[in-house]
Amino acid sequence: MDSNSNNIVQAKGLGKQVPSPEGTLTILDDINLSIKQGESLAVIGISGSGKSTLLGLLAGLDIPTSGTVVINGSILNDLDEDGRAQIRNQSVGFVFQSFHLLPGLTALENTALPLELAGSKQADELAKQRLADVGLSERIHHYPNQLSGGEQQRVAIARAFASNPKILFADEPTGNLDQKTAQRIIDLIFKMNKDNGTTLVMVTHDDALASLCDRKVIMAGGRITKES
Amino acid sequence: MNTFKFAFTGLKRDWYSGELRLIGISILIAVACLSSVSFFTDRVKRATEQQATELLAADLVLISSKKIRSEYIDTAKTAELIISLNESFRSVVVKDDKLELAEVKAVDSNYPIRGHLRTSDNLFSEEKISGTIPSQGSVWIDSRLLQALQIKLGESINLGAAELIVEKILTYEPDRGGDLFNIAPRLMMNRADLGKTELILPGSRIQYRLLLGGKSETIDGYREQINIEDDDHLRVQGIKDARPEIKSALERAEQFLGLAALVSVALAGLAIAMSAQRFAIRHYDNCAIMRCLGLQQRQITQIYFFQLMLLGLICSLIGCLIGFFAQEGLNQMLIGMTQKSLPEPSWRPVLSGVFTGLITVLAFALPQLVRLRKISPLRVLRKDLSPVPLNNYAIYALAIFALVLLSPWQSGNINLTLYTVAGLFLTAVVLALSAKLMIKVLKQLQPRLKMAARYGLANIARRSNQSVMQITGIGIGVTVMLLLTLVRTDLLEGWQNRLPDDAPNYFLINIQPEQVRGIKAQLSASLNTDIELHPMIRGRLIKINDNIVNPNAYKDPRANRLATREFNLSYADKMQTDNRLVTGDWWSLDENSKNYFSVEEGIAETLGINMGDQLTYSIAGQDIIGEVINLRWVEWDSFNVNFFVVSNTAALNTYPSTFISSLFIPETKRSVLTDLVKQYPSVTVFDIDAILTQVRAIMNQVVRTVEFVFIFTILTGIAVLFAALQSTHDERTHESALMSALGANRKQIVSGLIAEFMFLGIITGLLSAISASIIEMALAEYVFKMDIIINPMIWLIAPLVCCLIIVSTGLFGTRKVLASSPMLVLRKT
Repeated sequence: MDSNSNNIVQAKGLGKQVPSPEGTLTILDDINLSIKQGESLAVIGISGSGKSTLLGLLAGLDIPTSGTVVINGSILNDLDEDGRAQIRNQSVGFVFQSFHLLPGLTALENTALPLELAGSKQADELAKQRLADVGLSERIHHYPNQLSGGEQQRVAIARAFASNPKILFADEPTGNLDQKTAQRIIDLIFKMNKDNGTTLVMVTHDDALASLCDRKVIMAGGRITKES
Repeated sequence: MNTFKFAFTGLKRDWYSGELRLIGISILIAVACLSSVSFFTDRVKRATEQQATELLAADLVLISSKKIRSEYIDTAKTAELIISLNESFRSVVVKDDKLELAEVKAVDSNYPIRGHLRTSDNLFSEEKISGTIPSQGSVWIDSRLLQALQIKLGESINLGAAELIVEKILTYEPDRGGDLFNIAPRLMMNRADLGKTELILPGSRIQYRLLLGGKSETIDGYREQINIEDDDHLRVQGIKDARPEIKSALERAEQFLGLAALVSVALAGLAIAMSAQRFAIRHYDNCAIMRCLGLQQRQITQIYFFQLMLLGLICSLIGCLIGFFAQEGLNQMLIGMTQKSLPEPSWRPVLSGVFTGLITVLAFALPQLVRLRKISPLRVLRKDLSPVPLNNYAIYALAIFALVLLSPWQSGNINLTLYTVAGLFLTAVVLALSAKLMIKVLKQLQPRLKMAARYGLANIARRSNQSVMQITGIGIGVTVMLLLTLVRTDLLEGWQNRLPDDAPNYFLINIQPEQVRGIKAQLSASLNTDIELHPMIRGRLIKINDNIVNPNAYKDPRANRLATREFNLSYADKMQTDNRLVTGDWWSLDENSKNYFSVEEGIAETLGINMGDQLTYSIAGQDIIGEVINLRWVEWDSFNVNFFVVSNTAALNTYPSTFISSLFIPETKRSVLTDLVKQYPSVTVFDIDAILTQVRAIMNQVVRTVEFVFIFTILTGIAVLFAALQSTHDERTHESALMSALGANRKQIVSGLIAEFMFLGIITGLLSAISASIIEMALAEYVFKMDIIINPMIWLIAPLVCCLIIVSTGLFGTRKVLASSPMLVLRKT
């Protein structure tokens, strides 16, 4: 563990290789990254630069081939899939480009899902509060296919913040939205992030969006080529 | 380009993708089911055909309930035909204290004129063709009688007044009487010993046969020569009109099993259509690229047509192979019901199996794949360019057409086919609508449920069309299984429970008038109860008022049969206690000047007899006319002796009669019967319990074969479930990855899946239980006319069985979903 207890996410010597017909393919190579609590970090790069793979490793969705990831004091490498699931449930929130709401569940049920997975008794009340925060109090019983793209992403944000995560991982959160709606979503993410004191790690290829973050790293060929 | 080669390599490649495999397995199950039925019925049919000349044991047979008139025999002698006479009847065979009712046939040395008898010297040892008949003083008995009497060859038995030695075990006789499914064990004796038995008495129920053999033209000439018009008791059977009951029983069995198998084909078709749809969708991009590279629409159609035909052919052949082995199972289940070992099946079922497989795959899969030819090459640039979806009604119409095309060919009867397809369709529609409604109702519960249940229910509701198909598919199979198991037991028990504990368990028949007093006294003394003996007179109904009864005028087969045969009439002063007057009054004791009839209401309706009608019966060559003065309701299953038609005493007491009685003899007093039969050897004793046990055993065998066919139905139902799971595989994988990303552990994801499959299982189980119960109530009300308490176990067993099937199949089908990495959610979908 790092001695700097301010770092909520820390990656050391992170590497990811996958087998391919041409031999082993290196997707990430020797990534070292520390993110402080409350900080916002943008990861930018072109397609195939490895930014989504990095996000996946930092969020504990996958395990690295080499190196370690520490989230909120827990070394992810030491945990099995269920252990990592518990960390994700307790400390991590996600916002995805394609919203990824469960189509069979209402806005309220989708928002309450991480709380229910954690065994919360007040899942519905807390989820309603979060939906109110994102301005969807009137649409809590609607199904995803009854909501617009912007509304679906707002439900996804409410879901991401439902369990008061310490870190929010956002993967191209405005990629599927028109410019006007995208701006509203960005404002919402940053506002919620600030109100809740959450750490934000956002993958984007939008420089303007990246510039709203405290810090940005640029990736190319599986390595961090620049940090500012 | 060689499209066939391209199709072949494509088939090999796509086999591993899963959808083709499921299409293949569905064809395989459907063909296995159908071909097992056709292999089996083919064997039975061939057995029947092979025996056609043997069935009569002669070229022509005259059968009569009275002694064969000498003029028939004399004419045959003049025509130089081979002649053989035999008598068959039922009688009790006694060995020490054991009694067994047997079908006795007394034959002469010319028997059989056609075919051979076969015997063996030991139980279950190899049978040998026999050139002789039982020698005088001895009998041949079948293995069942041997076992029932626990007797060895060389020991003696008592038949009537005669003591005869058991010489051989009779394994086969060509013109074995009765139905295909025989009940009573067999005994063959020499005709010369018949007198010694003292069993042939006036009024005894005996079938006399005159067997004739000769050239076909001589036989035809003889048939024209004899005058049988005035002989009411005589039937003539040639080879062509032999054993119609076997033919029709066999045809019915074939039709029923064939149509039951058709349910499997329909479900397999559903699974095939679902899999083919997914297969097509997954091939949109491939086809777009191939179209871009210059492949013509015609070539795309050819490629998929070849692929389907090849797949259909291979899987149908494997299906036939499985069917071949499975039919041996059917054969084993029915052993004992058919006379002898069956001949090897022909190749015809293979042809029909392959035909079925190809039609099914073409009707259900081809429409989905033909869409691929409509793929725009522009799809390589614009993913949203998909072919126009198929018109669902067109698909249904094609599927129903395919089923109708297959079914008459399977069942040989277009009406039966239409009714069955319509019935099946109706059941499926009712099940589907109820399932849809139930899902809607359950959906209201969703917010109040725990997470796993809520998630499971949400999945069912979201994919409600697929859920409905799965419920319908498995539901039909389970409904039939419930009917065959629980409901059958309910109905049987319901019927048995209605019988009082002291319901008669023995019938005594062939009691001569002069024996009545003695038997009554003997039984009353030993059993401490009054025994009633009823007179029985055989007569044929020849006129209703002035109208001559013409059997052919009755369309109803039962009425036709009743009008053809002789009735057992009786006379009595008082009405029996288990009868009830429906209309009219009973006659008083002193009304002896006129003839009155009391007719059972059911037969009155069947034959069109009304109150006040004048009935003319022909009894022993004399006509007797009487008026119908009342109609009665009879509780037939009381097991008391009852008659369709009863007259006042004066009307019939002068005609030759025998007496009949039914009585309850407790287990401890069975020796009463042994004494009785020893003293009155001509009296025949029927053990009702034994008959019921045999009937039940036969019923169980038949039910087991039907169950066997419906196991395939459940298997195809499972294939539908698999197809549905497969079509949602990508969606489920993604959802599982998302749940995992949101922090769900494996247990929570599995719980969600289990909840979903359990809901499906419970809905399917409840709907199956409801439909089985409705059918059961309808059967009880309209067919068996009895009150019934539906077995409460049905509500427990049906959902439990369905949950077990669906949860295990579902978890197996989604095992790969559970292994999905949460990283999937970061891939742009």
